[in-house]
Amino acid sequence: MTTLRFCVEGIGLWSPQLANFDALRSVLAGGTPEPPPSRPAATTLPANERRRAPESVLLAIEVAGQAVAMSGRSAATLASIFASSQGDQAITDYMCTTLAQAPTDLSPTRFHNSVHNAAAGYWTIATECRAPSTAVCAQHASFGAGLLEAVSLMLAEQRPVLLVCSDISGSGPLLEVTGCTQPFGCALVLAPDVSATTLAQLQLTLTSAQPATALPEPLSTWRDGNPSAHALPLLALLARGQGRCQLDAAATLGLQIDLESVA
Amino acid sequence: MPVSMTPLAITAYTATSAIGHGLAAHLEALRQARSGLRPNDFSSAPLTCWIGRVDGVEDTALPAVHAIWECRNNRLAWLGLNQDGFLDQVRAARERYGAGRIALLLGTSTASIGATEEAYRRLDADGGFADDMLRPAIHEPHSLAAFVTEALELEGPCLTISTACSSSAKVFANAARMIRLGLVDAAVVGGVDSLCDSVLFGFNALELVSAEPCRPFDAARDGISIGEAAGFALLERVDVAPDAPRLLGYGEASDAYHMSTPHPEGVGAELALREALLRAGVDATQVGYINLHGTASLKNDEVEAALVNRVFPPGTRASSTKGFMGHTLGAAGIVEAAIALQAIEHGFIPGNLGGSTPDPACGPPFAWGNEQQTVDVALSNSFGFGGNNVCLAFARAGFRA
Repeated sequence: MTTLRFCVEGIGLWSPQLANFDALRSVLAGGTPEPPPSRPAATTLPANERRRAPESVLLAIEVAGQAVAMSGRSAATLASIFASSQGDQAITDYMCTTLAQAPTDLSPTRFHNSVHNAAAGYWTIATECRAPSTAVCAQHASFGAGLLEAVSLMLAEQRPVLLVCSDISGSGPLLEVTGCTQPFGCALVLAPDVSATTLAQLQLTLTSAQPATALPEPLSTWRDGNPSAHALPLLALLARGQGRCQLDAAATLGLQIDLESVA
Repeated sequence: MPVSMTPLAITAYTATSAIGHGLAAHLEALRQARSGLRPNDFSSAPLTCWIGRVDGVEDTALPAVHAIWECRNNRLAWLGLNQDGFLDQVRAARERYGAGRIALLLGTSTASIGATEEAYRRLDADGGFADDMLRPAIHEPHSLAAFVTEALELEGPCLTISTACSSSAKVFANAARMIRLGLVDAAVVGGVDSLCDSVLFGFNALELVSAEPCRPFDAARDGISIGEAAGFALLERVDVAPDAPRLLGYGEASDAYHMSTPHPEGVGAELALREALLRAGVDATQVGYINLHGTASLKNDEVEAALVNRVFPPGTRASSTKGFMGHTLGAAGIVEAAIALQAIEHGFIPGNLGGSTPDPACGPPFAWGNEQQTVDVALSNSFGFGGNNVCLAFARAGFRA
């Protein structure tokens, strides 16, 4: 099986319970960290954009900003991959409701914010980044599939990459089918080579589909409530600083990730 | 950062759009300059515009074993997969490499959102989805790729790329990277987008839709016509198919300018173009044909015409083919890649349908009518909302820069 090596230089995390990656460390150590304000700060965005941007964009940009700040890299130099299982479910609910009732009333702004790459667009505009950016999804395997794409871009083109994976909660009738009960977002800055800012070196191996790594509570419940929270086994691995985890990358494909060393 | 790429063989490809099912129907319509656009007969409420509707989608049933995936977008996908012997080619590749050694990388902007729209139009008395709509997998943007991976019985990496109107161009770059790293031996790439209220009323709200058939690069152009399409390609290493046309290069870049308007100087589009040429190892004078993004929106065509004037000599031929099938959004990249490959295969430059009064900003490279000319290298431009730009470079087998 193919094995790929990569380094993590920055980690971003946001959920109603977790303001950042340190908060996850605290939870895993038995603590109860202070929850963040209800709206992600997303300070990378200019103030006027922050007021106008939809929740999905604020969440993605909040975690992206955290990870890039931790890496010490300039955001403008990073290729970016924005993964989200569902996109902006609040906008989907708004659009489908409006289209069912008064289709010509549809808001043009909400329509252009409905594209799956809305967060990628806002991010590249805010950071004046002209590097390649993309937006991807793969159901509950969106994080694993996005990670595989990020590592493949990083290695094939030998450049650092920002990976973001986030989903807001479901709204209206759509909630019944998405089952997404609370927001969750995370981000990683990945680089091909060890440097002064390397936090951890990891090894990724493609496997057949395997059960994803079991999680302790409350992480297990968080994972059940949001497809992007399927990143938690890897985030917990990074927080603990050792071990191995298993993620889904597709219906029939898994990723085994081994943490080789931490800085 | 090194910019290089090992060329890949395109061992099979197909396209289905408003001008027909499969490559032969496309070539025929292009040769006859016959548009597939028609007055809008699709949206759930009246809307004055022209659309590129694919005939026969309603009559295409999914195999019973895949009934859970039933929706317009997946029916269009299945219709597209059944053209040009594509299913057989994938089956042969699966037998050669193994199901786990083939990636599936598909672009779509809205996937099966039309099914979610329908669910909202006929909610139960209690405000929930009707029983037949309680199929979570079709209400996700991954619906298309999840269905196709099951239909093709593939078990390798499976990813949806959704960067609006550049989606199914970007998939070629994803595939090139995965094959280069040895993660897979082959990749099925492509894209499908189908007509739905979201895009018809959404682009209407942005005042980007013409009331007439779209007129790319025409002086009097006043907006896009929305279409639907499906297209697929099979990519493998050149050594297994030395006579197949090739993907030579790709370029991807961001505008960093605006969510729904291109950069006025086409900065991201030019970066993507120059990176594609660099990766392909060719210069602009070697490009025989460019299939332009050419949506017929005022701004896109102005910026793209200036880019063509800036980069290419008079002898390069360039046209938009959106006058034929409309803007097929997330499927535009793959369908227009197929047209670029047909240009190479048949030495045929399709004329820029709809440009009867050419915008004076368009320079000598614009092919306003059909032309017959050898094409060694063809490019395809695809630009999406969020300032997402892609350029692909294709070449005939055996071409050496």
